Amino acid sequence: MSAGTADADVRPGYFGPFGGRFVPEALSGALDQLEAAWEAAASDPAFLTELDTLRRQYGGRPTPLYRAGRLSEEAGLEVWLKREDLAHTGSHKLNNVVGQALLARRMGKPRVIAETGAGQHGVATATAAALLGLSCTVYMGAEDCRRQRLNVVRMQLLGATVVPVESGTRTLKDAINEAMRDWVTNVADTHYLIGSAMGPHPFPTLVRELQRVISTEMRAQFAAQAGGLPDAVVACVGGGSNAIGAFADWIPEPAVRLVGVEAAGEGVATGRTAATVSSGREAVLHGSRSLVLVDDEGQVRPAHSVSAGLDYPGVGPEHAWLATSGRAEYVAATDTEALHGFRRTCELEGIIPALEPAHAVGWLLRHGRDHLGEGARAVLNLSGRGDKDVDEVVRVAGWDVGVDRAFRGGEA
Amino acid sequence: MTADPRGPAAVAAAFGRARAEGRAALVAYLTAGYPDPATSRACLAAAAAGGADVIEVGLPFSDPIMDGPVIQAANQAVLDAGVRLDEQLAIARDGLAGAGVPGVAMTYTTVADTRGWTRFADDCAAAGLDGAILPDLPVPEAGPWRAAAGARDLATVFLAASVSTDARLDDIVAASVGWVYAVGLLGVTGVDAVDDAATRILVDRIRARTSTPVAVGIGVRDAGDAARVAGYADGVIVGSALLRAAADGDPAGAAGRVERLVADLRRGVAGG
Repeated sequence: MSAGTADADVRPGYFGPFGGRFVPEALSGALDQLEAAWEAAASDPAFLTELDTLRRQYGGRPTPLYRAGRLSEEAGLEVWLKREDLAHTGSHKLNNVVGQALLARRMGKPRVIAETGAGQHGVATATAAALLGLSCTVYMGAEDCRRQRLNVVRMQLLGATVVPVESGTRTLKDAINEAMRDWVTNVADTHYLIGSAMGPHPFPTLVRELQRVISTEMRAQFAAQAGGLPDAVVACVGGGSNAIGAFADWIPEPAVRLVGVEAAGEGVATGRTAATVSSGREAVLHGSRSLVLVDDEGQVRPAHSVSAGLDYPGVGPEHAWLATSGRAEYVAATDTEALHGFRRTCELEGIIPALEPAHAVGWLLRHGRDHLGEGARAVLNLSGRGDKDVDEVVRVAGWDVGVDRAFRGGEA
Repeated sequence: MTADPRGPAAVAAAFGRARAEGRAALVAYLTAGYPDPATSRACLAAAAAGGADVIEVGLPFSDPIMDGPVIQAANQAVLDAGVRLDEQLAIARDGLAGAGVPGVAMTYTTVADTRGWTRFADDCAAAGLDGAILPDLPVPEAGPWRAAAGARDLATVFLAASVSTDARLDDIVAASVGWVYAVGLLGVTGVDAVDDAATRILVDRIRARTSTPVAVGIGVRDAGDAARVAGYADGVIVGSALLRAAADGDPAGAAGRVERLVADLRRGVAGG
């Protein structure tokens, strides 16, 4: 099963039939420049030392691997959580962002732009821009700005300009369109700091390599704390950056099952879903060929998920390849299952997870034992923390946790 | 019209006629189905009547990353109205029937690739179109499309930008059949004005490599812009301004507004 990576290198920039570089000619030079800059940086000890130092001293790495005893009991599995929620800015996003921001500086580009769905990547980009003195503009769907107000304010405090995107479905895909349009216009002085494992080559590879630190740490920690190899590594998948980072070091290790959990929304069969691998078809979106939610004429269908961060109609091309080659399996958790996972992680472990990895928790609680076998050892990549989600979750789920009583007579 | 040429020959003839008249060719872009199917057909015919030498027919896509607000809105309006690809192609066929000018499809990779490269080429040819432009399909990814288009004798127009390297320009001119599309600025359609200094250099770099005509598009807003660009290019492409004219008032008057603006632009490309 190590074919996953071997075959992937047949055509540069491709993973089997997926990937490539489908972009306006104006971006060709910038993508070549980025590819060359990354190639040089990846073998430059000074760059790698600076990246590693920032990750440790600024970003809080390595993040812990934690055996979640009460979740394990409820799931009938041995559940380990890779605590990316404890990294600076509250998610795995900074791993990639610091690396690309250093590349932007190396390329002499004083401005970075980013798309964001739930705001985690936007916050991370705004953070790195402040750290390195870069100017920063973040595109965010207007609907997502509403759902993730806290992160909008965080980005603004960090000095970024947040542009609410009113076009299309006013969510992540439209934010990416606007960021692409900005990049086509300002390519001379601007780096588009893509946050997911998608986009034109070299982004899917670059983002995987910068997120690889998750699985590298996970592997060493698991061997030291649990011994041996886990039976499965489980991660949520929107575009797929945390999952590709959590999978990367395990891809050549066939004994370890890799499970990507997509957002089923209201259910894969309802059509109101973001489960791209389950219900997408091969098509080009945002610069690469992958599996995409398109209709039979190639028009992109709106994705639906309770989670703004997974609400994306595409998936990174390497995930499409891992799925079709059989190296990884992709399953889906509904909004309801994700909300259940969110609630139980709070109650059983004292951890408020982001809604994105709550999908992985929800799937594990509902289907993990059947799918992986009683007592299987599973590492779940807890890709972010859920502060940003609390108001929306309580509103959508309709839980009576006492918010009204606490604020009775107050401003709420 | 007697035995009009088709495909690349029709496009070459259109540029040739303009050159023989001592002017640049005028290429007019309109989105198929906008603002509604009947008006769209009338606008295509009006663009031809007003003096366009070549007509680009936009086939809408939900996520057009090269387009600014005007063409984005037009694309979305057509899709929201439920006008699907076959109807868009029929609008192109009917609107340009008997117009005596070549038509070229303009759409995105996802639309053409989802239909299938061969079937898309077949459908363009069946609609009477003479070629296609796919602005997010760079030459290194275009092998299957070029093969399908070549087999149906369709023009394949590729975009070149001021940031294209010499090696990429070599590939772009080698792959371009009909004309080479020099982008007039780094940016999207319908927002900023042509960057004449950079575009002039780009046109010269392309001309040094090929005798295929070079047309400049993106950022040509009016007859004045058209006249300036006509001073250094073989063709001038106008899109957003025509859609603005089509939408600016009563649909019944759209064709008249388009025809008047095209006529004005035509005076522009002839030197003002």
